[in-house]
Order: sequence, then structure tokens, then C-alpha cells
Amino acid sequence: MTVERADEVDRERQADLDLENGQTTLWSAGSDGENAPSNRPTVCEFKSTWYSYGGGEPAVEDVSFKVHEGDFAAILGPNGSGKTTLLRLALGLLKPGRGSVELFGQSSSRFRNWSRVGYVPQRVEGLGTRFPATVEEIVEQGLYRGIDPLAIFRRHGRKDVLDALDVAGIAHLRHRPIESLSIGQRQRALIARAIVGRPELLFLDEPVSGVDAVGRDRFHELISALNQEHGMTVFLISHDIGAVMQGATVCACINRTVVFHGAPHHLTGEHLSELYGFPVDVLLHDALHEHR
Amino acid sequence: MPEIFQYTFMIRALIGGSMVAILAPAFGLFIVLRRLSLIADTLSHVALMGVAIGFVTNTFPTFVALIATTTSAAGIEQLRARGRMPGDAALAVFLYSSLAIAVIIISKSSGFNADFFGYLFGTVLSINDRDLWLIGILLVVVILFVISFFGELTQSAFDQDLAHVSGVRVTATNLALAVLTGATVTASMRVVGVLMVGALIVIPVLAALRLARGFRTALLLSIAFGLLSVWIGLVVAFYADLAAGGVIVITTVVMLALAETVGRGRDYLAERHGIAPAGQSVTQEDVENTLSADP
Repeated sequence: MTVERADEVDRERQADLDLENGQTTLWSAGSDGENAPSNRPTVCEFKSTWYSYGGGEPAVEDVSFKVHEGDFAAILGPNGSGKTTLLRLALGLLKPGRGSVELFGQSSSRFRNWSRVGYVPQRVEGLGTRFPATVEEIVEQGLYRGIDPLAIFRRHGRKDVLDALDVAGIAHLRHRPIESLSIGQRQRALIARAIVGRPELLFLDEPVSGVDAVGRDRFHELISALNQEHGMTVFLISHDIGAVMQGATVCACINRTVVFHGAPHHLTGEHLSELYGFPVDVLLHDALHEHR
Repeated sequence: MPEIFQYTFMIRALIGGSMVAILAPAFGLFIVLRRLSLIADTLSHVALMGVAIGFVTNTFPTFVALIATTTSAAGIEQLRARGRMPGDAALAVFLYSSLAIAVIIISKSSGFNADFFGYLFGTVLSINDRDLWLIGILLVVVILFVISFFGELTQSAFDQDLAHVSGVRVTATNLALAVLTGATVTASMRVVGVLMVGALIVIPVLAALRLARGFRTALLLSIAFGLLSVWIGLVVAFYADLAAGGVIVITTVVMLALAETVGRGRDYLAERHGIAPAGQSVTQEDVENTLSADP
């Protein structure tokens, strides 16, 4: 416990230093001092990124931050704050108007090495059409590695798929039609689909919206486990502050532009008030579960 | 030999009808899942314009229709993908402008109104060798495409963004899907007519989706429902002396009703035996299993 505390103090000092130096580097609470962000490669970086839809008001305004390997980065912000736009920019689904977004040091719009990236969307277009696929078939999609003319003849039941289903905790549902699952179960299926190819970086867009409180907690435990035990870098978008406090090592608050970035325990009610535009009085739980 | 096989035109109709019965639902599966049924409808009107031009210029109408539908499909997809125009607005422009051109051409020329009527309501009984060859080639192309790009097609049907992040070339897949939808519409037009093309592409697929659990099953069931509809429809039309296109479409609707009934019966039985049915709610046991699963 004392060791942890010392670590905590160290981290805070380093974070303060970062802020003083005016660095845009997000400080992450690594498990030891050697794991400082500067020693770890950047996996995703926004460089003065701007974006506006159809030339109107900018949805994303001069956003700069980095996510390092091993981070659990939570992107917080109210509805319409440009969080999802940021994610779409990072995934190369949108091209920034100004500035750039890089994935593993490459422009995201030209990035092709998608086996290094996993993605869990908030909603799926195909669901609701009686989409004819079992959970297993959907998870298999995550193993796509380019055109395979014989894909239609391949057999199911690959070990990777079973492992991913196990990690996501839905191995017992693998033969079920994807449309028959509850929202929480579908999100787990999408997690399994995202992690089956063992990506280094996992993007999640509001993965727990529509999931009940118990399901939410378990879901966040799963994401933390993927980050800590499986070493995946996590980039999570949420409007749920509780999510950040549970497992995130770094957080960025976005309201078109970056309102706050740093370790979650540096996030104060003032930041949140600025973020949400009205006074927020919160009890923040930091990593040591102390009430502040 | 039954009477039906003693006529060359009937044998041609059965061969052409069977090829289209495989082609239309096989490709229709992806059209339905991508919610592109309206594109099929628009392209059938574009095909009508192609047929009219074919008649006027005295060229092979089905071939002109094929050129018209595939190029328009590519145009519609470009407009949609670049966000120049909302998807349904682009469709409306293509649908009405091609229909208007067709109407003008028909009104200016006399003499082929009867043939033209055939294209509207289906002319499977007067299908000729040239049509059979064209449909045959389209069938081979579409089947090869569906088999070779099965992974890409299923991925982009599930979700375009997810497909992109999986590494699928979504833009290219969409363009190919649009162009081949044009080809599918043109081939199907000969059997059920321009006005009912959508039925053969969509209805057997809806029936299959009611019953299938997996993607491959859905594909095979769609084709099976298509073939059954065309065969039953042609036989009934022959003996009862009815319009083949109409009977075929009505048969697809009967298939859909049957599939719904079987599906409901299966759901009912599954519920009674405590198994979660396809497309239905989740059992309490599943919820507990998921909650107790240790991530």
C-alpha cells in the first residue's frame, strides 16, 4: 500500500511537471516509474486537428493530444461535444480539415495496417434487419486479413474465436443468432469481434449506452482487464464520468476543444463544470478509492 | 414427357427463369441487408429507358438496358458516397428522369408498344437465345463475385465503419455492389418485368431471413425460395394460361407467408422448450450466465 502511495505521489509530480512544461503529453498512471509516457511509443496522436461538417461551425477545434502504448485513455464530453467526430478522425473515417491525426505514426486516412486496431461501435447498421449471423460468425469477421476467395467455404470454430468469446464472457452464446442477444450481450460480442485479432489499440464508442448499471460495471471491468492483463491500449469515448474513474489511466475532456487532459485524479469539479456548462459537484474516486 | 416440356419456348423459359431465380436472390441478400431495395427499384426504371433506346436504335434492348443500369448504378453510388446529394434524392432524380425519357421515346415511336408492354410485365415465355446467353454470363459473373468477395460483402452488410476498420476496401465494395445490382436488375427484368423486378430480388430473401441463422444458410435458402417460386410460377402459368411474371411474384409472396408461419411455429416450440428462438428475446438463464461470466 505504501509503495502504491509513493507511486501515486511520483505520478502526480510528473503530471504537474508535464503541465508546467506546457506539454500536450497525456500522463498515464503506469505501474512503475520506468513506464513513463516518454519511454513508450505513441500509438495515436492528434496534431492541432480541426474538423467541421459541411463547412459549418467546427465540431473539433484545434485538438492536440497523444495516447501512448499501454494507456487506458478515456475521452469525456457532453453530447455533441465532438467526441465521436474525434474517434471517426482517428479511424480514418473522416479527414481532418486542418492538422492531422496519426495512428502508429501514419496518417489515419492513409493507414492500412488495420490488424493492429480494434473497434467497438455504439451501434451497428446491420442489426435490426434480421441479420443472418451467429455470434461466432460475427466474431470471425474480426479475423479479416484481406481478400480471401475461399472464405465462404471456411469452417467455423477457430481457436482464436473461442478464446475471444471466452475473454468477453459469452462463450455460451456462440451459436446464437446475433439479433437474439440483449444490448449488453451484443456489446460483448462486438468486443470479442474487436479483440479476436489481438489488436494493439482498441477504440470504443460509448460501449455501454443502453446497458443497465450492473452490466455497465462488469463491462468496465472487462475493458480494464483487456488493458492491464492483455496489454491493449484503450481509447474509450464516454459521457459517463464513472467509467473514467474506474479504469482509465489518462483522460481528455472534450468540448469541441480540449478542456482538460491529464490523469483522472487531477480532474476537478471545475473542469467538469466547464465541460458540461453548468456547476458540477462530484465525489471523485481516485485509484486509491479516497474521497476527495 | 409432360406437355410442358414439349415446347421449346417453355424449356427456354425454365432455363432463363432458373438462372434468374439463382442470380436475383443470391445478390438480393446483400441488397436487402444494406437496405438498398430502393436502388433496385430505381435501376429497373433505368432499365426501362435502356429498353426503349434499344428499340428505337434497333439494337439488343437487354444489352442497352445493362449498359444503362450499370452506369447509372455507378453514378448513384458516387453521388451517395461523396455526400453530394442525400441518397434518396439521388435515387428520385435517376428514377424519374429515366422514366420520363422512356415515356418520351415510347410516345414518339409507334410499332413496338406490344413488345414494350412485355418488358413492363415480364416476357419469360418469349425469351430468346441471345437473352439466355446474356443472363448466363451475368449469372457466372455475379456468382463468382459473391463467392470471391463473400467476406467483404458480409462485413460491409453488417456495418460499413466496422468493415473499414477491419481493413475492407468499403468504397470499392460498394461500387461493385451497385454495378452488379444494375446487372441483376437487367437479368431479372426479362422474367418478371420491370415493374416487379424488386419482388424477385427482395421477397425470397425476406423469406430466407425469417428462417436462417447463419449467412451461408440465408444465401442457400434465398436461392431455394427463388427457384421454387419460378418453377411453381411457370408451371401454374402454363397450365392455367396466366401471366407468368405475375404468378411468379405471387408465388414468392406465398413462400414468404409460409416462411413466416414456419418461423412462428418454431419460435413457439422453442419457447415451450425453453430455448431462445431466432430473433427473439433472451431467456433468464442467458442473462444469468452472462452476468456470472468472469471476464
